[in-house]
Amino acid sequence: MAKTVFKRPKSLKENVFHYCPGCGHSIVHRVIAEIIDELDIRGITIGVPPAGCAVLAYNYFDFDMIEAPHGRGPAMASAIKRSLPDRVVFSYQGDGDLAAIGIAESFHAANRGENITIIFINNAVYGMTGGQMAPTTMLEQKTTTSPAGRNKTLDGYPVKVSEIFSQLRGVTYLERCMVNSPANVNKTKKAIKKAFQCQIDGLGFSLIEILSPCPTNWKMNSVNSCKWIDEVMTKEFPPGVFKDNIAEAKKASEAE
Amino acid sequence: MNKVLMSGNHIIGEAAIRAGCRFYAGYPITPQNELTEYMAENMRNVTGGIFIQSESEIAAINMIAGSSAAGLRVMTSSSSPGISLKQEGISSMAACELPGVIVNIMRGGPGLGNIRPSQGDYFQATRGGGHGDYRTIVLAPASCQELADLTMEGFDLADKYRNPVMILADGMMGQMMEPVIFKKPKPRVYNEKFMLRGAGSGKSKFIHGLILDPIDMEEHNWKLARKYAVISKNETHYEEYKIDDAQMVLVAYGTAARIAKGAIKRLRSHGMQVGLFRPITLWPFPELQLRDLSSKIKQFLVFEMSTGQMLDDVRLALQGYADIQFHGRPGGAVPTPSELANVIAKHYKKND
Repeated sequence: MAKTVFKRPKSLKENVFHYCPGCGHSIVHRVIAEIIDELDIRGITIGVPPAGCAVLAYNYFDFDMIEAPHGRGPAMASAIKRSLPDRVVFSYQGDGDLAAIGIAESFHAANRGENITIIFINNAVYGMTGGQMAPTTMLEQKTTTSPAGRNKTLDGYPVKVSEIFSQLRGVTYLERCMVNSPANVNKTKKAIKKAFQCQIDGLGFSLIEILSPCPTNWKMNSVNSCKWIDEVMTKEFPPGVFKDNIAEAKKASEAE
Repeated sequence: MNKVLMSGNHIIGEAAIRAGCRFYAGYPITPQNELTEYMAENMRNVTGGIFIQSESEIAAINMIAGSSAAGLRVMTSSSSPGISLKQEGISSMAACELPGVIVNIMRGGPGLGNIRPSQGDYFQATRGGGHGDYRTIVLAPASCQELADLTMEGFDLADKYRNPVMILADGMMGQMMEPVIFKKPKPRVYNEKFMLRGAGSGKSKFIHGLILDPIDMEEHNWKLARKYAVISKNETHYEEYKIDDAQMVLVAYGTAARIAKGAIKRLRSHGMQVGLFRPITLWPFPELQLRDLSSKIKQFLVFEMSTGQMLDDVRLALQGYADIQFHGRPGGAVPTPSELANVIAKHYKKND
């Protein structure tokens, strides 16, 4: 008898992703949907998509979602979570959304230790608007607004969100992952699942940064985009667990 | 219920909590800090009450948008420069049809201006304020009692029309103390189907203002416009004061209307028949009611603590049927009733 080994997660609608070929968003969407199915939390999950390529995430995710203005996702998610503490609330943000226009909202949601999860897609570029320089654009990287390459004197340095946010005492779990190989996709899934579980257990703020390919705006093919993450991006943005206070947070919550 | 003596900012907070507001987010700015502090102190004493001191005005408005979507009665407050920052979120709430009350305790502007009472934000409040084709309901209290009543009514209107409501007062209203009676709030009427609380075992929903198809977006705009037309028809409120025998009518709102009443008392003691038309809703503006007055009264004087903003709405309402004069004190300057009375006396012409 045939056994089903691969199927559409229940938490994904039957719509075709609008994302470009080779883009990491669709991979991360699927991973999130699988996790929500596995944790059986579709009915209690509320997602907050950003302005950016993932603005249409509600066309794909089959659970409740509310759009936030550009960068404001964590403020909105904080309020939803405090209003409905037994729901699972996450915001999904790009690098411009989180590290530029919404850095204050993201930083302070983390610092307050809001019991929410941020999924942070870092593809070193503004995707939806056509490939402008992002706060996470690499030095020397050419974009439409850094045509000669990002210049540290004029443009400053790539913002290391995971390094910075892991310093905040409000953060319980923070990991940087990649979706440029099957093994790395599996690691990403593990990390996001851990972050969601951290929230379900009431242990506090979690953020998963994901280095994600953008072949269209990097002007590379998909294979080279995946290589570029390994060879260039990880030099600036090394993957790994930057903070894991889950055990301590659990102990503290049991003691209460 | 007994009368209690409270300051304006505290009254708004108390009225909000009594009306069932259970989520408040705000950022400190003078002259409305006492309201934020009141909410910090008192939200923790009510079941389910949530207070967040946000990192910015922008965060605060988006927090109330989130909590509103989750189904709570929500409020934020600020003063002029902070209200400018909130406009992105107010536009977004209007687009997504999320109810909420936004309090603006106006101060002198433009820019950082000063912290004195002013009415320079009339255009911003009544023309939507943020980007896009939308309106907010704007309530303009002129006494502490009205601060209480209109705050409560603001929550009902926000729910009824699923639209942001602005309480537009100024530093004078926020800081002054008067006796007030808190009325019994009406029970909340708000359909659960508009709340976003997780799909359960049902169909998922999403709340969004992004509508990429221009024809769909056009229809959304027309849908909002039809709603605004209903609001204009049903929710226009105003006060007439000594209008019956008036040969000249002042038009003023909020603190300016209180000063106008003082001026009118003085003028009447000198035999000048002057009355007051006070819009209580600034949007919708009581346009037709004001126009009706012009059938018998031909002299109007608009008085604002600005260089003349509501003046535009008065001109639109009167459509040239009557003579309109203007007196303004912008930038945080507050005239005395006698100053205003002198100005009015110069313009007043007795009909033969």
